[in-house]
Amino acid sequence: MIGANALFAVLLLPVSAAFLLALLPDYRTSAWINVATSFLTLLSAASLLVLERPEAGIYLHVDDLNIVFIVLNTFVGFTAAFFSASYIGHEIETGRVTPANLRFYHAMYQLMMFGMNLALVSNNIGLMWVAIELATLTTVLMVGLYRTHEALEAAWKYFILGSVGIALALFGTILVYVAAQPVLGEGMPAMVWTNLIGAADRFDPAMLNVAFVFLLVGYGTKVGLAPFHAWLPDAHAEGPTPISAVLSGLLLNVALYALLRFKLLIAANAAALAPGPLMIGLGLLSLVFAASMLYRRRDIKRLFAYSSIEHMGIIVFAFGMGGPLANFAGLLHMVMHSLTKSAIFFAVGNVTQIKGTQKLDRITGLTQSHPALGWGLVLAVLSIAGMPPSGVFMSEFLVVTTSFSRMPVLALILVFGLLLAFGALLLRLTGIAFGTPTGEDHPMTGSLVPLWLHLALVYLIGLAMPTPMVEWFQTVAAILG
Amino acid sequence: MQGYAFDIAHLLAGSLVLVSFMMIYQDRLYALLNTFALQAVLLSLAVAWQAYIQGAHHLYASAAIALVFKGIIVPWALHRIVRRLGIDREVETVTGVVPTMLAGMGLVALSILLMLQLTQSAENAIAREDLAFALSVILLGMLMMVTRRTAVTQVVGFMSLENGLILAAAGAQGMPLVVEISVAFSVLIAMIVIGVFLFRIRERFDSVDLEALDDFRGERQ
Repeated sequence: MIGANALFAVLLLPVSAAFLLALLPDYRTSAWINVATSFLTLLSAASLLVLERPEAGIYLHVDDLNIVFIVLNTFVGFTAAFFSASYIGHEIETGRVTPANLRFYHAMYQLMMFGMNLALVSNNIGLMWVAIELATLTTVLMVGLYRTHEALEAAWKYFILGSVGIALALFGTILVYVAAQPVLGEGMPAMVWTNLIGAADRFDPAMLNVAFVFLLVGYGTKVGLAPFHAWLPDAHAEGPTPISAVLSGLLLNVALYALLRFKLLIAANAAALAPGPLMIGLGLLSLVFAASMLYRRRDIKRLFAYSSIEHMGIIVFAFGMGGPLANFAGLLHMVMHSLTKSAIFFAVGNVTQIKGTQKLDRITGLTQSHPALGWGLVLAVLSIAGMPPSGVFMSEFLVVTTSFSRMPVLALILVFGLLLAFGALLLRLTGIAFGTPTGEDHPMTGSLVPLWLHLALVYLIGLAMPTPMVEWFQTVAAILG
Repeated sequence: MQGYAFDIAHLLAGSLVLVSFMMIYQDRLYALLNTFALQAVLLSLAVAWQAYIQGAHHLYASAAIALVFKGIIVPWALHRIVRRLGIDREVETVTGVVPTMLAGMGLVALSILLMLQLTQSAENAIAREDLAFALSVILLGMLMMVTRRTAVTQVVGFMSLENGLILAAAGAQGMPLVVEISVAFSVLIAMIVIGVFLFRIRERFDSVDLEALDDFRGERQ
């Protein structure tokens, strides 16, 4: 019973806060209400780990798979809200936003958290689609927050490509229903996830195949897989930095979660096509493509946006490979990437505040001028590049060893992509972090606590992953087949 | 009754595809908007017919949304925007009408071959035909989005794509949440339309031509 209440709290807290924040004029109060709500949502989500889980209904459910995503989602949602509270006030001083914009921003932040949480806990493929659409819409509005020419262009591009993506995903969803309807009967039961997965082996396999292709392209656009990634770098670069952190750390995961759910459904039908090879192909393509694109970046946020495409490629590759070890690696990599990438964006937010620019060639010598920030960024970038002893190293190592034992030729491409990205990131890092500091030096307002908190978690998990977490992820990896 | 019900459903769904083709060869923006309004009206008739033969009363709500929102409000708003922006010149296309029409025919053939093959076992002939036509409308909408340059025509292409989706959802026997999905899409479209408006007026862009966006890769110095 308490479990059900916690589940409702995960949804109702953000949505009621969104309405409250829409009414409050003072942005300082709003920022802290935003943090407090995100913290309470995190507590409710974490309590789902220990409380007895509510029974699956026709709309909502909690199981071993989505609980990982929910806890991660609410955790990064909280740290990003905290960072945003310390950061966003500065944007008023520089005149990039007005207090009215910020009121809108905070309301949208909670609405976006609601959309993502709803997508993760929904037990209904139709509801999941509506929730992902809501999350997309709110992020589009936030990407365009600065109202500059570039921000509006980025928002428009994201809007059009994202809309086509979710439209195709809806067609896939309809086809899944059409496949399920003869078996499960008309109406709501044929859209409920827990029913679908139980009866998937009796669905028409040909229909499921076509449905999966639409779902892969549709939700794959939202994951940012190449060649459907065109919206992602612009959206990351032009929106407010806390939102870049949320986009990379959370929204991509939500779309990935939808993809994984449907992958399970297709895999449960022996006569349908194997979803693995398609995911492996797209994953490798995204990895190699994004890694080679890293070299030509001149904008710091765009650089890390491409790095997100690269890592989503690795994760989709791992899940495409399947099996307990690869799934474990994919899951771990997803969590590590979310934590590290959002940490990087927290650092980048401060960097752009100090230097007043996002141009890479005008950012130098951070470790000298701002040691706490500079070294934090160094550790975060080393982690995302896959250096030991970070958690990213561990998960990438697992992906590489598994693929070498199972498909050695593809493993070579994987390693090539990883090394390519490693080189590009290190090349950029030396420019940003070392040398003599030049350029502007504005005061920094953003808090460094979220950055170091994420880094501590990533390196702690890399050095010694707690046994309960290993067991938990092993259970989930087993579910993923 | 079955044959009669089938014929009407077939007629309405088929005419949606026909209107999609008509949209491809329109070369004036106003004419394009009128054709889109026609498609929305046909969609609302098709959905209402499905509501009637399936006895699914919630589908009448979807039909009403299609008629009022997409058949009247959106075309009217876009008319006003086009007049305010003064962009009723010829619609700029990336390729000529003939290659686009040929590509469109190919796409329709593809979707009919695919969906009819796929649904051979299905006992419900209406659902089969509807899915085949719906996929055609979706693919033609996408074709329009890639062959047109201006934002307004891309929006019309997207809305036409979405008409195909609603047709598919209505044709899927007893599918729940169709009304919710229609509402969600209406919000999306309303925002796109408002976006087109703001994009131009508030920021005084020189053009809503999307080719301008292609220049922007963030690598501008």
